[in-house]
Amino acid sequence: MAVITYRDALNQALREEMRRDPDIFLMGEEVGAYQGAYKVSRGLLEEFGEWRVRDMPIAELGFTGLGVGAAMVGLRPIVEYMTWSFALLAIDGIVNSAAKMRYMSGGQFKMPITFRGPSGAANQLAATHSQALDSWYAHVPGLKVVAPATARDAKGLLKSAIRDDDPVVFLEGELLYGSKDDVPEAEDFTLPLGVSEIKRPGRDVTVVVHSRPLHSALAAAETLEREDGISVEVIDPRTLRPMDIDTVLESVRRTNRCVIVEEGWPVCGIGSQIVDDIQREAFDYLDAPIARVTGADAPHPYATNLEQLHFPQADLIVKAIRQVCYRD
Amino acid sequence: MATKITQSDKLLGLDRAALVEMLRWMILGRRFEERAGEMYQLGEVGGFCHLYIGQEAVAVGALTPLRSDDYVITAYRDHVHGLVRGMDPGAIMAELFGRIDGSSKGKGGSMHLFDSSVNFLGGHAIVGGHLPIAVGIGYAIRYRDTDQVCVCFLGDSVANIGAFNEALNMAALFQLPVVFIIENNQYGMGTAVHRAAAIENLADRACAYSGMQGWTIEGMEVLEVRRTVELAVERARSHKLPSLIEAKTYRFVGHSMSDPNYGHYRTKEEVHQFKAHDDPIKGYIEILRAHGTIKESDLSDIEAEVKKIVDDSVEFAKQSPVPQPDDLYNDIYSEEYPDARRRDPWR
Amino acid sequence: MASRIVMSKLSPTMEEGRVLKWVKQEGDPVESGDVVVEVETDKATMEVETMGSGVLRKILVEEDATVPTGTTLGVVAAEDEDISAIIEESGAVAPAAVPAAAAAQGPATGEPSAPTGGAAVPSPAEDGGRLKASPLAKRMADERGIRLEALHGTGPGGRIIKRDIEAAASAGAPTPTAATPQTDYGIPYERVELSQLRKAIARNLIQSLGPIPHFFLTREIDMGEVLRLRGELNESLAESGTKIGVNDIIVKTAAQALSEHPDVNVSFAGDHIRKFSRVDIGIAVAVPDGLITPVLRDAANKGLRQISAESRDLIDRTRERKLTPEDYQGATFTISNLGMYGIDEFTAVINPPAATILAVGATREKPVAVDGAVEIRPRMRVTLSCDHRAVDGAMGAGFLATFAEMLENPLRLVL
Repeated sequence: MAVITYRDALNQALREEMRRDPDIFLMGEEVGAYQGAYKVSRGLLEEFGEWRVRDMPIAELGFTGLGVGAAMVGLRPIVEYMTWSFALLAIDGIVNSAAKMRYMSGGQFKMPITFRGPSGAANQLAATHSQALDSWYAHVPGLKVVAPATARDAKGLLKSAIRDDDPVVFLEGELLYGSKDDVPEAEDFTLPLGVSEIKRPGRDVTVVVHSRPLHSALAAAETLEREDGISVEVIDPRTLRPMDIDTVLESVRRTNRCVIVEEGWPVCGIGSQIVDDIQREAFDYLDAPIARVTGADAPHPYATNLEQLHFPQADLIVKAIRQVCYRD
Repeated sequence: MATKITQSDKLLGLDRAALVEMLRWMILGRRFEERAGEMYQLGEVGGFCHLYIGQEAVAVGALTPLRSDDYVITAYRDHVHGLVRGMDPGAIMAELFGRIDGSSKGKGGSMHLFDSSVNFLGGHAIVGGHLPIAVGIGYAIRYRDTDQVCVCFLGDSVANIGAFNEALNMAALFQLPVVFIIENNQYGMGTAVHRAAAIENLADRACAYSGMQGWTIEGMEVLEVRRTVELAVERARSHKLPSLIEAKTYRFVGHSMSDPNYGHYRTKEEVHQFKAHDDPIKGYIEILRAHGTIKESDLSDIEAEVKKIVDDSVEFAKQSPVPQPDDLYNDIYSEEYPDARRRDPWR
Repeated sequence: MASRIVMSKLSPTMEEGRVLKWVKQEGDPVESGDVVVEVETDKATMEVETMGSGVLRKILVEEDATVPTGTTLGVVAAEDEDISAIIEESGAVAPAAVPAAAAAQGPATGEPSAPTGGAAVPSPAEDGGRLKASPLAKRMADERGIRLEALHGTGPGGRIIKRDIEAAASAGAPTPTAATPQTDYGIPYERVELSQLRKAIARNLIQSLGPIPHFFLTREIDMGEVLRLRGELNESLAESGTKIGVNDIIVKTAAQALSEHPDVNVSFAGDHIRKFSRVDIGIAVAVPDGLITPVLRDAANKGLRQISAESRDLIDRTRERKLTPEDYQGATFTISNLGMYGIDEFTAVINPPAATILAVGATREKPVAVDGAVEIRPRMRVTLSCDHRAVDGAMGAGFLATFAEMLENPLRLVL
């Protein structure tokens, strides 16, 4: 174990996997000579050369399709988007080509490709550069969607994503790159996709949260334990599709209450689906309506105070938990 | 720079067997499509079904010189490309029928033919969507340092979409062995090329990319197509340089089965003119006759053989069962996907 | 200056009064001291005078309505004066429209309350009668036999939540429902969910032994002749493949006897008794998860062969679960036969809407005194359950006598 940043954990995952399998290559804007817009790919060009660490022109649709084509003939591309906001230009390649190739070829072509890059808001980047479109990708059968919140999860899950034979949308937290965590150094360390983790055990209420808001939820749990004596269980699904909903259901059956937190917009969000799963499979265990805390249903503003207001901060999560516990 | 090649007066040094085989492919393509159209009208085939009638010289001229380990990718007017590439006619017809023995188990349909065993990589239905994929195939060839080639067919309308520039730029930038072949059949659906593209010869756009050569050719002449593609393939195989070929052709039928043969956007006279004077099969037969390569009995032999292949494909498709309900949820991921059923207790 | 006409407290014991007659009508000019309305108290009829002058602008309580004392009955004001505030404050809409009984539940003093509630959490009844409880609370209440109606919800809007059930359970306060045991007494058990059929049976039969005053009449019947007749019949029918069962003869006999005792072929319907002009016999059939009673229609007018065939068809379709509601609803009489299970005698619970049910036991060889000598005879005991609201002892006994006599002399059936 070593305490390293989320950025370096990703760098380790890339380096270890590329050393392990020569079919893996990384491409994207500024991944090579620039060393990565967020320095995730630092040092990789030097080690692996330009065919395996390829700087791309600003052509998201083009290089996404390039990845799809390479995957069809057996390579294992990793496509980096400078931010997921730019991937909007590549949505045809991700949704129409990558997600459906196996299905519409009747299983003839697998699609071992990883799409990765920073997602969510950063600081004052405003509307076009700040968004969590997690639910867009989680909507699509054929895609897998992963959103790690810690350095350890980032490393273990990225390695699994790269090894997976299906297209994986890997959503990194733009403001998490500098966060630190204990990360196993062993090269065979991986974390399986599709497995939730209980980040904090509790008895009174279940909070389901992924990506950066996990840290808000953990802070809220501390506050509630201290001030209200409410014991909060925090679950990070980590993989949004296919989601390990059983861990959530098992928890809700114990606590009878649930709050779902996400950075994305509320309408048709990740939480909407979790609510559906819970009401369908644990209806009789609910003692209160499920509450959701999401990003505000507005484009992302520039002004600092509004930007803070947009995010599902810990104080909002505290309020929601008090409400579902009938403590407000 | 685009180079104009005119009437091919030689037989490219091909032997009789190779020449007759090209004729045979063209006739098979024609008859297969005629039957597919008939099956569509009978309700056996559904969805969007785009026939290739009139354009046979392009696919046959471009695909016959390729090696079996080369890669081929095309758009949605894909039946004949699949056939000539070596797909089983029965598997194609069964796919059009939506049957389990179809090339994609009935889940792709007319626009999404695939056959990994002959390196036929689709069958892509979003205009422009497959050009970057072709570039990726070219990238993989360079990555593995083999001398394979990727041939990518596209329609004339693709030349105007952003992906065209992104793909051709990358192909030239990374020096990838990709041959792009524009099948300019004069209309992007119902829009005449000159109403959509601010250029006369689409292949002239090759000049925007260093190292890329462009050709605009007579796409109704199979030998001319073949000769040009051989040149382009050689550039790709030996020099890792991409090419852009524009084959001017014409479709004798509507854009799809929902478009009449003589749509509002073109005249009956125009269609008749092409069919009477520019039919690629008739033209090729004349050349072969003039060179004494074939006699009448060869033609009737080919027609009889082709008829049997097409008849058999229809019979095969009819006999093939429809997919099982379970197939709805198969082939989504590399492993089983139980969540789909779990959230869907009624279906 | 507007003034109100109020249901005044006219006697120390008066809590409400009835508007007898409006002497003045809306629009009539009135002077201070005019009698405008007559009201009836618990003691007498009184005339109510107006304190103000102007026009009787609004009548808020109609004639014949009973309202609590303090209720504003009408408003006197100048012709162009705005009286909407007074009307609103008076909760005008309610007293004028609400029937007397409901209005009487209002507060005893002061203004009638407007529908807007105070700070108090509304009880379920106040929320249009809809009981609000979380899904978990409902399930817990169900498991512990706690009646939600008896609880006060502490969640938002009076929602009954987990903690309310837990509080009720620990206080031991709630009323357990009669049907659900409150505890398992620590004995291990397997929880078997109620099938829809079992629920329906429970719903139906709880309306029986509870509300229906049952009494029971038992009689032993000699079956020798019936068994002999059945043997002969089946011998003669052997070629046709038909086989008459003892139960078929019992059905036929009961139908025949009922047509002779129409007073027993009835249903008690609250304010009247329905005397059916047709005999529809329900036959209780055991199925793996309960009991279904398919109905053989118009049995009195059918022959034994037909009854046998129809009965077999009904029983087969019951076991295959192919009955439609018309097949099992609305018997006028029911026969429940547990003889094949070795039961000698039992009492059956009436299956509404019928007023009677016949419980048939096993036929057994028994020593019986016949004409002063002991003989071994096949005997069967039957018990008739009767709804005492519709059928008296003598009526039931009369029917049983006919029924027994017919079985003992089965030729009567044929006649």
